[in-house]
Amino acid sequence: MLRYILKRLLIMVITLWIIVTLTFILMVSIPGSPFNSERGTNEAVQANLEAHYNLDEPYVIQYFLYLKSIVTFDFGPSIKQPSQTVNDMLGRGFPISFELGIITIIVAVISGVTLGIFAALKHNKVIDYMAMGFAVLGISIPNFVLATLLIQQLAVNYELFPVARWLSPAHMILPVTALATGPMAIIARLTRSTMLEVLTQDYIKMARAKGLSPWKIVIKHALKNALMPVVTIMGTLLAGILTGTFVIEKIFAVPGMGKYFVESINQRDYPVIMGTTVFYSAFLIIMLFLVDLAYGILDPRIKLHKKGGE
Amino acid sequence: MKLKDKPSKHFYSPTDIPDDWFNWKEKDNQAAEAVARPSLSYWQDAWKRLVKNRLAMAGLIFLIVLVIFSIFGPLISPYDVNKQDLPNQYQPPSADHWFGTDNAGRDVFTRTWYGARISLFVGLMAALIDFSIGILYGGIAGYKGGRTDNIMMRIIEVLYGLPYLLVVILLLVVLGPSLSTIIIALTVTGWVGMARIVRGQVLQIKNFEFVLASKSFGAKTPRIIRKNLLPNTMGPIIVQMTLTVPSAIFAEAFLSFLGLGIQAPFASWGVMANDSLGAILSGNWWTLFFPAFFISFTMFAFNVLGDGLQDALDPKLRK
Repeated sequence: MLRYILKRLLIMVITLWIIVTLTFILMVSIPGSPFNSERGTNEAVQANLEAHYNLDEPYVIQYFLYLKSIVTFDFGPSIKQPSQTVNDMLGRGFPISFELGIITIIVAVISGVTLGIFAALKHNKVIDYMAMGFAVLGISIPNFVLATLLIQQLAVNYELFPVARWLSPAHMILPVTALATGPMAIIARLTRSTMLEVLTQDYIKMARAKGLSPWKIVIKHALKNALMPVVTIMGTLLAGILTGTFVIEKIFAVPGMGKYFVESINQRDYPVIMGTTVFYSAFLIIMLFLVDLAYGILDPRIKLHKKGGE
Repeated sequence: MKLKDKPSKHFYSPTDIPDDWFNWKEKDNQAAEAVARPSLSYWQDAWKRLVKNRLAMAGLIFLIVLVIFSIFGPLISPYDVNKQDLPNQYQPPSADHWFGTDNAGRDVFTRTWYGARISLFVGLMAALIDFSIGILYGGIAGYKGGRTDNIMMRIIEVLYGLPYLLVVILLLVVLGPSLSTIIIALTVTGWVGMARIVRGQVLQIKNFEFVLASKSFGAKTPRIIRKNLLPNTMGPIIVQMTLTVPSAIFAEAFLSFLGLGIQAPFASWGVMANDSLGAILSGNWWTLFFPAFFISFTMFAFNVLGDGLQDALDPKLRK
């Protein structure tokens, strides 16, 4: 176990280092100095600005300074809005994005698992077909299309929900629905197929033979094992939801990190793009690591210290 | 089951069955030799099972029709794809403009088929490149095994941890969005999934007896790879490719949304959908509906086709 964790930690650090190095190479390879577009700066001012941000140093030194700043969690100032640092933006935007993400995950897992269980219990019946048809549709409709549809129908036409912003629980319903549908569909399909498999196992027959009610069997015996694959894909789903927040926050004008990120892309605000990418990558990589650990702890059949491939 | 007191009228004990119920049948040697079902190759069998899956076939037919339209659609339309016609902006669908016109008076019908070309091209190229790199990398790792495999898989593990879309965004910010850079960005880390699948398959199959038999007949490595390993790994690879296409199409649409999509004069579905976001609130639904509909249905078609292929290509499900 300990060996496995150490190995995974090492891989995690290497992955992070690749991301950081990649951002650095990309930042350096962008033609021109970031201050070229500043109006009213003469060469002396430019040179001063570059000296201030250490841009006059050789690349190797810049690289180590950059590494140092990343390790100390300092992503520097925004170029387009000099009064703000990337840390300011992260501090303001991330909690909101995090809230949106967490609610989305909870909604997606609960509804997806429920849908999957119903489909499995009513295997090859109408409910099964409907649930799975719904799931394939949910996977196929891109979240931004769904978001626009929801706004147009439920917010503009019927005025059931607010169109945008992030103020009250009512404001959360549409963005969360748009963001959660895809992951929910994936979870539902996965739960259904593993549930079908689990339900044919001997210990379920045993439980039935003991005279337990079908629901008790599902909740107490089958679900525990059927949920394991859902835990494995949690990492991928998290990545999807996280990138999904970019467009959803843009469409619903939610003042989260995604909105800043999209703005920074449009304005080519490189420090913000790099900082956010590094931060989100680190966040995701750590999450993936935790999910893997949780998987090993939850499933006694997985031996984490086992050597070699699959 | 409860035992009944009286045996039902269809219940006979073996001794009760009268002899004249049986009659003697001559042994027919020819009939015994006959093959019960026609001998089918793996692919014929898979195809037969795929045809039976109605949803997958519907997806396949939709895709074929889509390809035909993306080739010939622009030809039957009298409008130029980028011709602006400002007096005619936001015309609803009519006999003149089947899908209406957009904010610059451009014909949405024509643009939809041009968009199909771009979106399908991006999806297919991404799948093809993933396939080429993945099969090479995964094939070598799986076939060589041991130390080589170990090192190659460590590299994959590191790459697998990289968040796909974030890397794509990062690359596009620097490379500048264009058709080729989008395809490059999508495949830089995209091939990892394919490589893992190929490696897993090869690792499993190379230990089967028929490969050993091949080896003992003196087959060289290239022949074993070509004749034994590749055909038997094709199933999961094809499924993976079918699922790569929609995810690439989605990624492209997503990037358009961030302003990192295909740039004018080209128009992909994602660009069209992004351009018409504002329009939908003022009631001009058709500008968003058609590109969004085709993105969703193309993804749907590829997804159900992939599901169908997964079942059809699995030899264990052979009936």
